[in-house]
Amino acid sequence: MDVLLSVLSISCYEGLIFGLLTIGVYLTFRVLSFPDLSVDATFPLGGAIAAVLIVRGVNPLVATIAAFFAGSCAGTVTGLLNTKLRITALLSGILMMVGVYSVNLRIMSGANVPLLREVNSFDLVGRLLGLKGMALSITFAAIVALVFFILLHRFLRTEIGLALRASGDNEQMIRGLGSDTDKNVLLGCAISNGLVALAGALVAQNQGFCDVGMGIGMIVMALAAVIIGEALFHPRRISSVLLACFAGTFAYRLFITIALRLGMPAGDLKMITSLLVIVALGVPYMKKRLRHEWVPPAARM
Amino acid sequence: MGTPGGKNVREGFLIMNATKKDAVLQLMDVKKIFAQGTVDEVTALNGVSLTVYDQDFISIIGSNGAGKSTLLNIVAGVFPPERGGRVIINGDDVTNLEEFKHATYAGRVWQQPGVGTAGNLTLEENLSLALLRGKRRGIRAAINKQRRQLFYEALTPLGLCLEDRLTALAGTLSGGQRQALSLVMATISKPAILLLDEHTATLDPKTGQTVLSLTEMIVERERMTTIMVTHNMEMALKYGNRLVMMHQGKIVVDMDEEEKRSLAVNDLVTAFEQASGEQFKDDSILLSHR
Ligand SMILES: Nc1ncnc2c1ncn2[C@@H]1O[C@H](COP(=O)(O)OP(=O)(O)O)[C@@H](O)[C@H]1O
Ligand SMILES: [Mg+2]
Repeated sequence: MDVLLSVLSISCYEGLIFGLLTIGVYLTFRVLSFPDLSVDATFPLGGAIAAVLIVRGVNPLVATIAAFFAGSCAGTVTGLLNTKLRITALLSGILMMVGVYSVNLRIMSGANVPLLREVNSFDLVGRLLGLKGMALSITFAAIVALVFFILLHRFLRTEIGLALRASGDNEQMIRGLGSDTDKNVLLGCAISNGLVALAGALVAQNQGFCDVGMGIGMIVMALAAVIIGEALFHPRRISSVLLACFAGTFAYRLFITIALRLGMPAGDLKMITSLLVIVALGVPYMKKRLRHEWVPPAARM
Repeated sequence: MGTPGGKNVREGFLIMNATKKDAVLQLMDVKKIFAQGTVDEVTALNGVSLTVYDQDFISIIGSNGAGKSTLLNIVAGVFPPERGGRVIINGDDVTNLEEFKHATYAGRVWQQPGVGTAGNLTLEENLSLALLRGKRRGIRAAINKQRRQLFYEALTPLGLCLEDRLTALAGTLSGGQRQALSLVMATISKPAILLLDEHTATLDPKTGQTVLSLTEMIVERERMTTIMVTHNMEMALKYGNRLVMMHQGKIVVDMDEEEKRSLAVNDLVTAFEQASGEQFKDDSILLSHR
């Protein structure tokens, strides 16, 4: 019983924190149709910025917000590579992923920054609410998740937000209606990577260190979470899309946590995640093949 | 002002203005060459000049590859013409204006129903995007009660019951319904000119007819200045007050209402052959009139 509760509460916390990252990935992949792979580097970028600022004595909450903006800047650059230099979205993301890796090393002046002896955002909020341990982690994660849920839920239904969604759906049409699709892509990438970096900053603080390698595989994890969320809920309204991102992440983390408890070596985790995504993406095509449906040749750009 | 010469010019100008309707669109020596300097070089437009007056409804007809779509793309600002050509809409030189800044000048319905509407957005979201054509988009809610009422009233005259499906995804509509929605989206915030590019070509004849009637209704009601490209000679004769025929990137026939009223499809073929100096070969046009 205790084990079950601990597994559930860990997954709950992770579902909320990594859910922010999943929403970020959802924004680029699904809303903008801009597959941005730079996530693997902007996640630790957020952690690095927050960690270094906290070590220097900056208020941890301010450091966390700074991490969001650092991520937004990186996202904007990814968008600029695509819109101004006409580099494909995939390659823009990969170039940023590789480049920002070095930036992260520079920011941290090394491969990691320990935070165990510093006061972090969780501690601050814990003092305020009189909570600690897992209860604190979940409460703080829930507060942040709720704030961004409300903000995004509103934003995506504003005039700008709607134009942004249309840019990913029918770029030709929305340009004809007078919206600058390049700007929309920049805005979308900025928000997306801001969320990713924010998640990185919070994860680093909660685990007590930032490591340059902590972003590896994050993009695939987020994709898995998006796919699980979509499969479970078939969301249509904005609110259900956002909830599905959190729920998908929760389900994914639950699955992983259980697998690890059952003795799966931690090193196999990334492979399992990849397989999950491969199966989720490949099965619909195989099904169509079995039904002898015609499917267009694979896209390569 | 003081010289008699200057005064005359001014008077002449005034008289011109009084007798002629205002020009909404002026194309001056518009050329478009694709893939210039390569083996794939195509001259899609080869010096087109055209003046479209207020409330004109021009049908453009011409064989495949004549440059009809390219012409509309230039008016909509998708790409600029070659240097030397000019595009003027409502007195503004829009020759090199970016596409998204063209929105207030040109509203468009494309051939494929998927192009004019966003399939993953609802009808009301699509209409809201169109309502803000060329306007500043802010952080107000894109849809409110007032706008929903406006959309309801805009869709009701179509007679397709779309007004009851405001929250359905546009992708769930049939081709004809999507074209009707496109039409409303293209005209709801009244751009200077409406561009229709074979917008009934992919529909079955009956649905095509419905969409055409709706087009005529909306164009008349909103007093839209319209250019309609069609592949169908009968359609070109039946609709509009002017008929323009294109061939190999040039306008070869430009008829006003009088001239076109007495015409039959066969006369149109003769007119084409005289103007272009070529035998009429495009079977698809001849066949598609039945
Ligand atoms: N984007 C483009 N790139 C290269 N060639 C094009 C492009 N668009 C049109 N063309 C060429 O220009 C010519 C005119 O095309 P288009 O205006 O589409 O003809 P129409 O609409 O009258 O059938 C054709 O030969 C076509 O192949
Ligand atoms: Mg065409």
